[in-house]
Amino acid sequence: MSLLQVKNLVVEFPSRKGTLRALDDVSFDIAPGEILGVVGESGAGKSLTGAAIIGLLEPPGRVGSGEILLEGQRIDNLPYAQMRAIRGRKIGAIFQDPLTSLNPLYSVGRQLIETITTHLPLNASQARARAIELLKDTGIPAAEQRIDHYPHQFSGGMRQRVVIALALAAEPKLIVADEPTTALDVSIQAQIITLLKTICKERGAAVMLITHDMGVIAETCDRVAVMYAGRVAEIGPVHDVINRPSHPYTAGLMACIPDMSQDRENLHQIDGAMPRLNAIPRGCAFNPRCTKTMDKCGQQRPNLVKAGNTQAACWLHETGGAA
Amino acid sequence: MGYSFRTSPTAIFAALIALICLVCALFAPWIAPHNPFDLATLQLDNARLPPAWSVGGKSEYFLGTDDQGRDILSALMYGARISLAVGLASVVLSLLVGVSMGLLAGFLGGWIDGLLMRLCDVMLSFPAILVALLIAGVGRALFPNAHESLAFGVLIVSISLTGWVQYARTVRGSTMVERNKEYVQAARVTGVAPLRIMRKHVLPNVLGPVLVLATIQVATAIITEATLSFLGVGAPPTSPSLGTLIRVGNDYLFSGEWWITIFPGAMLVLIALSVNLLGDWLRDALNPRLR
Amino acid sequence: MSNATQPLVRATDLAKTFDVSAPWLNRVIERKPKMLLKAVNGVSFDIERGKTLALVGESGCGKSTVARLLVGLYEPTRGGFQFDGQDAHAAFKTAEGRKLRRRVQMVFQDPYASLNPRWTVGDIIAEPLREHEILSDTGAIDQRVGELLQSVGLSAQDRLKFPHQFSGGQRQRISIARALATQPEFLVCDEPTSALDVSVQAQVLNIMKDLQRKHGLTYLFISHNLAVVRHVSDQVGVMYLGGLVELADKHTLFDTPRHPYTRMLLEAIPKMHDTGKARTAVAGEVPNPLNPPTGCAFHPRCPHANARCSSEKPEMKNYTGVRVACHAVEEGRI
Repeated sequence: MSLLQVKNLVVEFPSRKGTLRALDDVSFDIAPGEILGVVGESGAGKSLTGAAIIGLLEPPGRVGSGEILLEGQRIDNLPYAQMRAIRGRKIGAIFQDPLTSLNPLYSVGRQLIETITTHLPLNASQARARAIELLKDTGIPAAEQRIDHYPHQFSGGMRQRVVIALALAAEPKLIVADEPTTALDVSIQAQIITLLKTICKERGAAVMLITHDMGVIAETCDRVAVMYAGRVAEIGPVHDVINRPSHPYTAGLMACIPDMSQDRENLHQIDGAMPRLNAIPRGCAFNPRCTKTMDKCGQQRPNLVKAGNTQAACWLHETGGAA
Repeated sequence: MGYSFRTSPTAIFAALIALICLVCALFAPWIAPHNPFDLATLQLDNARLPPAWSVGGKSEYFLGTDDQGRDILSALMYGARISLAVGLASVVLSLLVGVSMGLLAGFLGGWIDGLLMRLCDVMLSFPAILVALLIAGVGRALFPNAHESLAFGVLIVSISLTGWVQYARTVRGSTMVERNKEYVQAARVTGVAPLRIMRKHVLPNVLGPVLVLATIQVATAIITEATLSFLGVGAPPTSPSLGTLIRVGNDYLFSGEWWITIFPGAMLVLIALSVNLLGDWLRDALNPRLR
Repeated sequence: MSNATQPLVRATDLAKTFDVSAPWLNRVIERKPKMLLKAVNGVSFDIERGKTLALVGESGCGKSTVARLLVGLYEPTRGGFQFDGQDAHAAFKTAEGRKLRRRVQMVFQDPYASLNPRWTVGDIIAEPLREHEILSDTGAIDQRVGELLQSVGLSAQDRLKFPHQFSGGQRQRISIARALATQPEFLVCDEPTSALDVSVQAQVLNIMKDLQRKHGLTYLFISHNLAVVRHVSDQVGVMYLGGLVELADKHTLFDTPRHPYTRMLLEAIPKMHDTGKARTAVAGEVPNPLNPPTGCAFHPRCPHANARCSSEKPEMKNYTGVRVACHAVEEGRI
């Protein structure tokens, strides 16, 4: 049974000029213990998907329709108090900037212990022991002393480790990580994604890894969902999506990423830009920029259909019809 | 911004009041029923008449007259004229001084910044009225038989000296932010001179909050002027501002001739309130987060 | 007096130290020490005409400071650089030096902060033209601005619009158009595509390469993204904590990296097309530049460090065209 099911999720932003659909009919599943990558460019809606799942959509944004189910139970329509209980206990979160993810006024230990005691039936000393253990597991040296240090006494990479420890503190089943390594240096990035991968596999926590960096996705994830203009363009096992993409957007994206192993004179480029929310084209959102369009593409929006080893929302792969 | 104005009843109301006051002030010599400062037209036997709707009032003196037979309504219009003129002039002067200081301090940094900011600190440690009193008093002592315009000049300078510090600080903060932005660095790479960068690149970007401040400061300046005039060191008695009128009327408040002081007071409140409300609306309208 | 075989840019022992001490009063009262930040500590390199040198490194390595030293935004504490045979920093200070500013231009990282939000795009691009009095007739200026916009893939009509009406990638193109207004020979690009999405990055990098071919431009390209660097550069310099650790041509550096830090950096990049090969964990973090390690700055994290490394700072030595600053390489240990 899936751990997380997102079914036809629609997230809207009512504004003076009408309602903007930031996420339009997004569906995917995450199995227990799986690492799903959600990749896309700015404005594709990947961070919004994470925010909707954690229940932290900023008003006036709201879930317009669709469902989010965690372990079979709906969580998108829960009242605030119930959602609070789930957040932290069943879902942990890691955000991009480790500097602002931790409260600068409280010691790291205090923040960890607060999370632990809120969700788990442990007393203070048990919670402290557990916090020290968490810090050790995330690779922080001299954990017994550093537990009482303040966030500013840690470097960027160390802080992100603390944030990971905080996310795992109450043994959640799902971790939503929104660009966890973007603000870090390359060498630290490597350390953090290795840590994330091993520690989550060890604890059986599933991860939804949101990022724009395909390299990070390639190294960490089991499956990946590619988002475009608030919709899922393609979803499938990570190496299939990267090496044998079925959707023209995915193919274009992979081709324009400069690759370490090849020397090319000019990078492949996708002409144009992602459409703004208030100007999404009719039919398939990618069709104005696509090199393989058919008439149907500008009329009807394609659904996710099986295409090779992945699923792609593209009329090219509709059963029985190839261009 | 236009949308925000149309949907804010407070803003519309305030703008209306401010507009009426402005019209009265600008066109006072033409629309006031009498000229209260033309000594030839004053008739002492018309002194201390109550407003037209009370017993003993005359319709030609709608709001009554003061102790010298001056029509209160006309005096209000002329007084508003002076109050607004002094208020606006002192704000403009404060702006010029404050914005320039702030730009220089923020852009050049170093000891210039330190010096200017310490100067601001010193200015802020004095209560505004005290500074104004001091300068006005010194002015009068230096020029005892001063011409009227000099008296106004001293008044405007004394009020503006109390207000420039706020502009300097605000502008300095914004300048320091803008100075580090890449478009300023691009101009430096091109070889543009620092003064030119300050004027053409940084200044347009830091003026936003200053405008809001200035609008609200007009109200403060008007009240400060009224206070100074009330204390006797402001506008000369030959061309009284609202503050002077209030002072004059104060003596008669308890003998029953309430209109001499109440009407100028109400006018002052209306002007200050409407300008303040307009400033509030402007600040909210210009704040991108609230949109 | 330009020599065709002389490199266009020659940096010699460039160094820049910043005084980041607390204000004087605090230092006296709280007895805080004077703190000096050695952002760049003796960097030397050559850039040949028409070629691209890329400087890579992580945060705190000083590459952005080097970029700003080369356009005259900072004065070097020590050393200097020669542009086309003449001392650049001495020239920048003179009236003559303004001509030098025409030949050297810069493209910045943040597309949102590099354009003045209150100016029209046309004014922004025309500013260098007006500043250097290259053109004074409004018609001629408009025409030139239009040409520049078209050369970066935008329309001439865009000169009447404001920056906020454009996307990040388009703004970066406007920045490039501005930089090219004076027909410079040398362009310093400080992470020009780091803030852009991958597909937009591809567009901008392609434009930059086309323009280089067309106008024979010389680039200094600063980046932390080694894959992008591989695509655009001819020569690559790796910086660590204010110094150059390796300088080689592109193919040599990526195929046979010599310095342990270069190797570590190349290993650390997440690779898209690898089949889940296990990676050796990378140790440690970049030290605080205010308190750098003694001897070789990299020695606390280096698997090949010995006693000499912690006491003696290695010099850049030439090994058949590759310059490396490493004792282990010098001693033949790696």
